[in-house]
Amino acid sequence: MLDLTTPILELIRLAATDLPPDVEAALRQALQHEAPGSAAYGALETILSNVELARQVSTPICQDTGTPLFYVHHPEGWSTRRLREQIEKAVVEATRRSFLRPNSVHSISGKNTGNNLGDHHFPTIHFTEIEDETLTIDLMLKGGGCENVGAQYSLPDAHLAAGRDLPGVRKVVLDAVHKAQGYGCAPGILGVAIGGDRGSSFSASKEVLLQKLTDTNPNAQLASLETRLTSEANQLGIGPMGFGGQTTVLGTKITNLHRLPASFFVSVSYMCWAYRRWRMTWIDGEAYYD
Amino acid sequence: MNSIQLPLNENTVLSLKVGDPVSLSGIMVTGRDAVHKWLVETFIKQTRPANNDDLAIYAAIQPLLVGGVIYHCGPVVSGMETRDYRFVAAGPTTSSREEPYQGDVMKHFKVMGVIGKGGMGPQTLAACQEVPGLYLHAIGGAATIIAQTVTRVLDVYKLDFGVPEAMWVIEVSDFPAVVTMDAHSDSLHTVIENKSKAVLEKLLALP
Repeated sequence: MLDLTTPILELIRLAATDLPPDVEAALRQALQHEAPGSAAYGALETILSNVELARQVSTPICQDTGTPLFYVHHPEGWSTRRLREQIEKAVVEATRRSFLRPNSVHSISGKNTGNNLGDHHFPTIHFTEIEDETLTIDLMLKGGGCENVGAQYSLPDAHLAAGRDLPGVRKVVLDAVHKAQGYGCAPGILGVAIGGDRGSSFSASKEVLLQKLTDTNPNAQLASLETRLTSEANQLGIGPMGFGGQTTVLGTKITNLHRLPASFFVSVSYMCWAYRRWRMTWIDGEAYYD
Repeated sequence: MNSIQLPLNENTVLSLKVGDPVSLSGIMVTGRDAVHKWLVETFIKQTRPANNDDLAIYAAIQPLLVGGVIYHCGPVVSGMETRDYRFVAAGPTTSSREEPYQGDVMKHFKVMGVIGKGGMGPQTLAACQEVPGLYLHAIGGAATIIAQTVTRVLDVYKLDFGVPEAMWVIEVSDFPAVVTMDAHSDSLHTVIENKSKAVLEKLLALP
């Protein structure tokens, strides 16, 4: 089998040091909505300068390079065991080159492994076999600050008067954005999953963040809820960094999963403005990144 | 922009108010979750005995913390193999996790400045009034820009906590931040939280 360690290392470098174009464009647009001279405007200006500089000098946009989340879609015949080995090798090398911060800490001893490996959960790798002939690897780096403000609700929620329907979903998501304040590095991007069990629901709320901000939800009801949630979250006035301002959220992505009759979970994964995700596509022995 | 030389002093601290942008130069010390827990348990509440290593570190950092600044930051550091340390990426981490410890640490050492992101709660605000001190908000995620203001890494303690959790003694030049909690009991974070809460209530009442 081919050794993809080097192209995967480049995928990690790109993800850590270069913000995807759709996210950068959304941040530039957000700047237009803030009053020049305001703290919000200053924060966005600094954010954008930082993005440019990080790209130029090839150092991490944010020091918290997060949990590396890999989503591998492979044709029949690839060994997932070998792909895992190659991904792990690339992660170790990326850490040595300071593209990644050593982020894997033993939960009991408190010891940092120093190389971003740790049992079978770090980095997180999802494998899916596909019919297509093309292998793709998506990588998302999700930092701890925004991960900590993620939330899961079990509907109905009496406190928020949120029932088991889309109006109920809307209420709990707005509550999550309010609770997040500036802790998760606003302006954020919301990944929302409706349904599933607790585990699959949280997983799906992350996976939905692999979409581009410019993608449109094929479900018209969800597309309309996404637009409404982004607009209403921005009315909260939390603003960039929680300084106050017009931009609290850059976008919302919603997905749905089948659920048990007894359960109705709504999971919210909050992604910070440093929304680091890139895809590597392997075609005819060459890697393409977008 | 207020250019400020570290360490801080009472006059400077009292003159600054919520909303003031500052540019810091001088020496500061990074410290986050593991460090705060260790400082409080070992030296302040003394719920675990201090060993010789602990005491040696205390003697080294104590003079840096009087009027000093603690930066909530877990940096990316190059030169780990050669010990020729350089900060590569060094933005702030979320400060609220240090809320159970911060006020005690500020009062014990007379720390006059805490840098982080997201703001802190009532105990830290009370310590800001008492010591007196400031909470300075850096731009979360602006790690490459901030790392460029770090001119030298002078020392590191508690590296056994791992690179992100160690206490890095750094020299900075024109480190940018904004005062969001001051010594006069004002907190931008309380204001924004209350305002956004009022909007949330209105939105929740809509169909």
